[in-house]
Amino acid sequence: MILAWIIIVLLAGGLAAWFLARWDPLWARRTCLFALLLDLALAVSVFWLGHIETGAAGLPETGAWLIELNVPWIPQLGIGLHLAVDGLSLVLVLLTIFLGLLSLSSAWSEITGRVGFFHFNLMWILAGIAGVFMSLDMFLFYFFWEMMLVPMYFLIAIWGHENRQYASVKFFIFTQASGLLMLLSILGLFFIHGANTGDYTFDYTRLLGTQVSPSIAIWLMLGFFIAFAVKLPAVPFHSWLPDAHTEAPTAGSIILAGLLLKTGAYGFIRFLIPLFPDMAARFAPVAMGLAVASIIYGAVLAFAQNDLKRLIADTSISHMGFVLLGVYAWNGLALEGALMQIISHGISTGMLFMMVGSIQERIHTRDMDVMGGLWPDAPRMGGVMMVFALASLGLPGMGNFLGEFLVLFGTYRVSSAFAVIASLGFVLSTIYSIWMIQRTFHGEKRGGYRVRDLSSREMAASAVMIAAIIWLGVYPQPVMDTASPAFNGIQGAAKMQKAPDPVSGRPSKDARAKSIWTLTP
Amino acid sequence: MLELLWLIPAMPFAGFLVLATAGKKLSRTGAAVIGAGSAGVSALISLIVAFSFISSPPAGNSYSQVLWEWVNTGGLSLSISFYLDALSVIMVLVVSVVGFLIHLYSTGFMARDDGYSRFFSYMNLFVGSMLTLVLAGNLLLLFLGWEGVGLCSYLLIGFWYRETQNGYAALKAFIVTRIGDTAMAIGLFLLFYNLGTLDIQQAMGLAKANWPVGSGIAIAAAALLLGGALGKSAQLPLQTWLPDAMAGPTPVSALIHAATMVTAGVYLIARTHVLFTLAPPVQSAVAIIGAATLLVAGFSALAQHDIKRVLAYSTISQIGYMFLALGVGAWSAAIFHFMTHAFFKALLFLGAGVVIQGLNEEHDMFRMGGLRKEMPATFWSFLIGAASLSALPLVTAGFYSKDLVLWDVWSSRTGGNWLWAAGLLGALLTSIYSFRMVFLTFYGEKKTPVTRTPGPVMLIPVIALAALSAVGGFVEIPGTMGNVPLFSGFLETALPKMVFSGVPESELISQIIAAILSVGGIYVAYFFWLALPEYARDFTKHPAGSALHRFLFSGWGFDWLYARLFVRPYVWAARVNKRDVIDLFYSGIALINRLSHYALSATQTGKVRWYVMVLGFGAFITITIVVFT
Amino acid sequence: MIFSVPMEEGLVLAWVLFVTGLVGVIVRRDIIFILMSIEIMLNAAGLAFVIAGARWAQPDGQVMFIFIMAMAAAEVSVGLALVLQLYYRRKTLDVDSASGMKG
Repeated sequence: MILAWIIIVLLAGGLAAWFLARWDPLWARRTCLFALLLDLALAVSVFWLGHIETGAAGLPETGAWLIELNVPWIPQLGIGLHLAVDGLSLVLVLLTIFLGLLSLSSAWSEITGRVGFFHFNLMWILAGIAGVFMSLDMFLFYFFWEMMLVPMYFLIAIWGHENRQYASVKFFIFTQASGLLMLLSILGLFFIHGANTGDYTFDYTRLLGTQVSPSIAIWLMLGFFIAFAVKLPAVPFHSWLPDAHTEAPTAGSIILAGLLLKTGAYGFIRFLIPLFPDMAARFAPVAMGLAVASIIYGAVLAFAQNDLKRLIADTSISHMGFVLLGVYAWNGLALEGALMQIISHGISTGMLFMMVGSIQERIHTRDMDVMGGLWPDAPRMGGVMMVFALASLGLPGMGNFLGEFLVLFGTYRVSSAFAVIASLGFVLSTIYSIWMIQRTFHGEKRGGYRVRDLSSREMAASAVMIAAIIWLGVYPQPVMDTASPAFNGIQGAAKMQKAPDPVSGRPSKDARAKSIWTLTP
Repeated sequence: MLELLWLIPAMPFAGFLVLATAGKKLSRTGAAVIGAGSAGVSALISLIVAFSFISSPPAGNSYSQVLWEWVNTGGLSLSISFYLDALSVIMVLVVSVVGFLIHLYSTGFMARDDGYSRFFSYMNLFVGSMLTLVLAGNLLLLFLGWEGVGLCSYLLIGFWYRETQNGYAALKAFIVTRIGDTAMAIGLFLLFYNLGTLDIQQAMGLAKANWPVGSGIAIAAAALLLGGALGKSAQLPLQTWLPDAMAGPTPVSALIHAATMVTAGVYLIARTHVLFTLAPPVQSAVAIIGAATLLVAGFSALAQHDIKRVLAYSTISQIGYMFLALGVGAWSAAIFHFMTHAFFKALLFLGAGVVIQGLNEEHDMFRMGGLRKEMPATFWSFLIGAASLSALPLVTAGFYSKDLVLWDVWSSRTGGNWLWAAGLLGALLTSIYSFRMVFLTFYGEKKTPVTRTPGPVMLIPVIALAALSAVGGFVEIPGTMGNVPLFSGFLETALPKMVFSGVPESELISQIIAAILSVGGIYVAYFFWLALPEYARDFTKHPAGSALHRFLFSGWGFDWLYARLFVRPYVWAARVNKRDVIDLFYSGIALINRLSHYALSATQTGKVRWYVMVLGFGAFITITIVVFT
Repeated sequence: MIFSVPMEEGLVLAWVLFVTGLVGVIVRRDIIFILMSIEIMLNAAGLAFVIAGARWAQPDGQVMFIFIMAMAAAEVSVGLALVLQLYYRRKTLDVDSASGMKG
């Protein structure tokens, strides 16, 4: 039940904030803060409660769920309220709440119009995202998947910048259209499973292992693939992202980059590959090709931008390419790397957006042509920006480095060519990151403005985030330990595990002989 | 006492943390105490550790210390661990001691700068990263230090960030070295995939056991690591960043771009020498690159006007010597030259810093001159440094190390006459450009007034380094003079001995030729830049001479070439694609929709009579179809 | 057999009437003429029904004609109301002036 509460608290917090804002906007903010903190407590308590509540339910071969809730919702159609978390989901739910707090703090002074409705949308997006990370019923998953979109649309369309109408509509059409493809795939899977077994159900655990003929499976798989690849985003489905990120208010950008993109990655790991293991394996070279293309293309695109926010938005394409690469490499190292990248990217890009938000709040432009020489005025801001720019170029000692390296270590096992090409991303990410710092904080001062440095509230938030990203870089083991049983379970579910050599941990000789994934029937 | 090992890098890191968080609140003295103090404590601890290591060597002549588990997943198991053997003892000693001296110097040099505490925080971060690099027990931790020093190099080159040019120089340094680092990273993937571990000692053992000499995988691994080393150590073809890196404050040039960071490539190759021994073609490539680099940079140094750029090219050239030695398997000779080079090159940079500051930020040697009387202490120290750089026989440290390199190159099985000749030509060039610098700066007539003289905190490190540059070579007396190979004997526990194929008697011949060239070079410099400067001037006025001068001045046109080959095409491609070609597809869909919308809405005229007509026409067609089919 | 008209001729008459009405609707801009033209078309359709009813000696044709008459009456009442509104708002009887719903 605690899982339902996590979502209910967010939903109720959003509603309460909407109503309270009529009296006092401050109370709306406080309510949201309170709801998020409560949620944090709930999510953390899952760690302890998990092993108490773990019953017989759960998948034998996907590893035990830490905690599970399964009640019928529309039993006639085989739809249930099936929520469960394992290590992977839990880490992502924690990230959701963590970044929710960050975006709340960024909105604290930035949002002044229609405060109540803003916070309502914010909390409902978070609820949708948390739901996506927890639901194990395909229908419920789709429900939450769509639930994220509408409030996000409002967030961009109402509180966005100059070109917000275009961006919000583009965002909505891309995600909605791809979501519909996924719905078709879900329904296809539902009917095929029903026809095969007589058990018409949307439950993920029962849909696993559905026998689908390859000619149909490829279409079902593509439906999921496109939905997740649009969300991730991977080239060539990325073009909504720069617009949406650029035009969204800071809080929206943080959530978009930090969380919404991650639902795509999560979808790949949790649903696409376990549901269609054979087809995914055959599709892997294409997907990895797209991943590598994203890494390179996003970086080149970022370098060309004048708009600071757009630059950072484009870097997400590049970074999420590593996630896609890691997912399709589909071994323990690469998956852990993908998770590290997911978390670190959420923090680093979220903070970069927050810094851009602060800059824009102060000088009312995002155009780097008129920036430059901001450092003397705002050394703290420059320092924070520098730290996260370095994180984003993959400097060792920060989480992003481990994420990218683990992905590449894992990818190299599968395909050295993809790993080598993806490594070019290191050079390109250096170029855009350093270029960005050079044009904003270094160099001569071009605009005639004085910039106020970060306030102590902003500085405190930044310090927490810096500590977090460095912690992920030098002592990531707790995160990995939490998630690794989940990965083992999912890999078991997909029945695609490579048997590693028990002594050295390296893949066995015959596993290495095949270029892409060894499939065990 | 070896348990103190972790404190050596931890101290500067702690200093960095304090300065980075509380730097604004600290007074200048406070920042100096923490900055230089942490480096000093670190140097002290490394002396203690080194003493303890030498006096009572641990079992297996190595000591490792595991701090905590870093990553352990999916077969990759890494810890934050330090590994101390003879090689890392030498590296740690040089880095921490020279580092401390330069910190001390900086307290004076940077005294009037705004970013005082920022400077020391970056410097501390650098020393910490560098010490991590040389102490790292596994390759990923080494890579952490490796990138850390690269970052600090970037930060410190661009330290005076208000000048856009400095920013570009920093950018260039970071990006160029990062290209090498990417090769190195791929090397790590390859090593891990094939060996299953990144622990350096384990990996080297496995490589030796499993890979035959000359196997493709060993060649690939060695070549990729070499890529990293080339970038970091500014060797051909990735040497272009170092001369521009002189935009940073002079102590930075001394510490990072002369004494320590740029020699990280040498350390990496020495550390993974097993791989290079298994890959003879790559090892030969190392030697050839070293020889080519030392000549290219040596010639370029001759044509520079900026005193720091002379030193920068000289650094590239001297690291070329180290690569040459590594390439012929003379591991300890390379490390020996690294050590003496750290002393005298740091000294020369610090001396140059005193001169530049004394002449109110004047970098052009042709506007200096006659400083011998004005700055006696600096002059004598600088002279010792230049003599050591030129390998003046018997009395300088540089003589012993460079001679060892040259002799080893000649006598090694994989060396040979050509490489040796290149080394000798380089030695001649070295002493020419060194003394050109000395004569232009300290002799002749005075051209710019001295506005600032160095205080004791700046002179003490200079003098200390001068002493080290003079006597630092006595730890390795060659066979012709009594044969006291303390240094290579000590390193033998970590690095294999070179395979000799020459006759011992010829060592004297090599030494005599080198000595003659060294002294001859000084005479040439005297002749052209002090006795008869018109000759040099006339030469540069002649069209061919001036073309040659410009060619050498620009560092053989590498920047020109790279700008056209890489930079401009990339920038052009990025610009062209700024609006995102792929988005055109989606805009195209939107456009088609919009056009069809216009087309259809154009039929919606609002005129009923029009509708009736269309309706009638449609009915007519429908009926026609129904009736006639 | 009483008086009878050949069906073909009757239908030709209905066709001529219908086309006259249609052309009137299309070419006239005055809304009153359009209404009148519509009436002509309706009557043409009614005539066709009657003729067809007569041809097969069935009452349905006349029944349909009564329907059409009723409908035409309703149409005229609505139509005249529209005419009044149009004139009231636009001070003209030109239908093309009321093209506010163009796309």
